[in-house]
Amino acid sequence: MSISADSDRQPPRGWYKRNEIAITPWLFLAPGVLFFVVYVIAPIWQSFGMSLYDWNGLGDIDTNGTYVGLENYNKLFGLNGERADRNFQISLWNNLRWLVLYLLAIPLGLFIALFLNQNVRGIRLYKSLFFFPFVISQVVVGLVFSWFYLPNNGLFTIVTGWFGFEISGGVLGNPNTATYGIIVAGLWPQTAYCMILYLTGLNAVDPEQVEAARLDGAKGRKMLWHVILPQLKPATFIAFVVTIIGALRSFDLVSIMTGGGPFGSTRVLSFYVFEKSLSERGLQYGYAAAVAVVLFLIMLVFISYFLWTMYQDEKEAR
Amino acid sequence: MFPTPVQKSSPTVRLSYQAFLPVALILWLLPLIAVMIFSIKPDVDFTSGNYWGWPSSFEGFTNYGLVFFESAMPRYLLNSVMITVPTVIGTVALACMTGFALGVYKFKGNLLIFFMFIAGNFVPFQILMVPVRDLTVDMGLYNTKTGLVLFHIAFQTGFATLFMRNFIRALPFALIEAARVEGVAEWRIFWYVVLPLMKPAIAAMAVLIFTFIWNDYFWAVVLTQGPESQPVTAGITSFNAQYRAAYHLMSAGSIVAALPPVLMFFLMQKHFIAGLTLGAVK
Repeated sequence: MSISADSDRQPPRGWYKRNEIAITPWLFLAPGVLFFVVYVIAPIWQSFGMSLYDWNGLGDIDTNGTYVGLENYNKLFGLNGERADRNFQISLWNNLRWLVLYLLAIPLGLFIALFLNQNVRGIRLYKSLFFFPFVISQVVVGLVFSWFYLPNNGLFTIVTGWFGFEISGGVLGNPNTATYGIIVAGLWPQTAYCMILYLTGLNAVDPEQVEAARLDGAKGRKMLWHVILPQLKPATFIAFVVTIIGALRSFDLVSIMTGGGPFGSTRVLSFYVFEKSLSERGLQYGYAAAVAVVLFLIMLVFISYFLWTMYQDEKEAR
Repeated sequence: MFPTPVQKSSPTVRLSYQAFLPVALILWLLPLIAVMIFSIKPDVDFTSGNYWGWPSSFEGFTNYGLVFFESAMPRYLLNSVMITVPTVIGTVALACMTGFALGVYKFKGNLLIFFMFIAGNFVPFQILMVPVRDLTVDMGLYNTKTGLVLFHIAFQTGFATLFMRNFIRALPFALIEAARVEGVAEWRIFWYVVLPLMKPAIAAMAVLIFTFIWNDYFWAVVLTQGPESQPVTAGITSFNAQYRAAYHLMSAGSIVAALPPVLMFFLMQKHFIAGLTLGAVK
C-alpha cells in the first residue's frame, strides 16, 4: 500500500521525462547530423544533379544552366557519337597508377615497423622521428620533392647522373616519369602512417604465441606469414583503408608539384575536377561535376567494402 | 616479440643494428634535413649551384627574419591558428554528443546514422567542392575564416564521431545503468559520468584534427583567397610565387609552417597515435 501512496504523491511527470530515453539521443545527434547533412550529404546529391547540366558557374543553375541529361557523361566516355575526353582518360589511368603504387606503402610500412620493433636505447625517439613525414603538410612535402627532382641541380638528378641515367626535362618535366615522381613523394608520408599502424599492432602481438611458434621451429618469413600477420589484421585493414582513400584524394601533391603538367600528363580525377571548374581554364561546372561523380562512384566501391567489413564486426560485437 | 630482439643475437648483429639505425634515419629524413639546411643558406649558394653542399655562410637569422618581419607569413600563421582552434573545439563538442548518442542508446537507425558519418568521411572532396563553395558564397562567408571553420567542423565530425562512438562503446555500461537507477537525468549522465571518462579520446581527437586542419590545403584554396583569411599552407604557395626560386626563404617559411603540428605530435604522441589507429589497434 505504501508504495502506491508514494507514487501518488509524486508530481505528474512531463512528456519529456516519460520519453527521456527515446528522445535524448536525437537531441544529442541533432547539431552534428544537421551540420553533416548540410555540408556533406546534401552536396553529394547536388553534384549529381549538377552533372546533368551545362553550366558556367555564374548565377543560378536553374536559370543560367541548361539541362543536358547524360550529355556530360557521353562526352567523358565517348558514347553516343561523342569523342572520348582524352584528358579524362589520362586522369583515370593516373588514378589507377596511384591506387596500385600507393598500396606499396603497406608492405614498406610493415618493413620499417619490423626494423624498428626492437628494444634498444633511444628507440622511442627513432620511432617518432620516422613518423615525422606524416605530420608535415603535403604542401611542404611536395615542395621538397620538387627540389630533389630539379632538372640540373636536383639531388636526385645528380645522383642518378653518377650512374649515367638522365631523364630529359627532369623527373617532373618529363611526361613519362612525372606521375611516378609525385607518387614517390606521396609514398613517403603514407609509409610513415602505415609504419605507425604496424608498430602499434606489433606491440599487441601475443608474446606467448610467438614463443610457442618459436619452439615449434617457426622463424623468419614463415613466422611472419603464419603467426604475426594474422594478428596484425586490424592494422592491415586500417592501413588499407587510409591508403586507398589517400590515393584517390591525391590533389595537393599534383597541384603543388606539377599543376597537372607537363602537357597534362599528371592529372588525376580530383585535380581534373578542380581544373574544369574553379581554375581559369575551367568554368564547365556541369562537366566537372560529372567527373566528380565518376570519382565518387570509384570511391563508393571501396566505401561499401569498408562499411560491409565494419558491419560484420558490429554484428559479432552484439 | 617479433622480430627476435637484437639483444639475443650475436654482438656483431647488435652492433651493426645500432650503427645502422642512425644511418637509416638520416636517409629517411633526408628531405627534411635538406629543407633545414636550405633554410640557413645564403642566396648566393643557389645562384652558384651549391644546392646540396655545406652552406657557404650561416644566414639562418637573415632568412627567418625576412620570413617573420617582411613577409605575410605571420598573418598566414595567425589565420591558421584562428581556423584550426575553433574547428578543433567545434568538432570535439559535436562529436562528443553524437558519439554519446550512438554509443549509449539503442534505437532504430542508430547504425544507419553511424554509417552515414563514416561513409561521408571517406567521400572525395571534389564531389562536395562546388556545392560547398556555393553554399559558403550564399551565406556571405566566402573568403572568411568562419566559412572555412564551419565546413571543417561539419566534415571532421564524421571522423570524430567514428572514434568517439567506438570509445564510448568500450566504456563499462554498468556505470550508466547505475546512474539511471539513481534517477539521474540523461544529460547529466552525459555531463557527469561519460564526459569525464572521455578525456583521452578528446585529447586524441584534438591533436589529430589540429594536424589535419593545419595541413589542409584543398579547402583553403577552394573557400578563401588572399592573406586576409588564407591559412599558412595556401600562404606558402603564394610565397612560392612571390619568391620564385628563392629556395632559402621558401624553406624557412616551410619550416615555420610545419612546426606547430610537429610540436603537437611530440607533446601529445600517445594520444596522437591512439587517434590515428582509430583506437582499433591497441
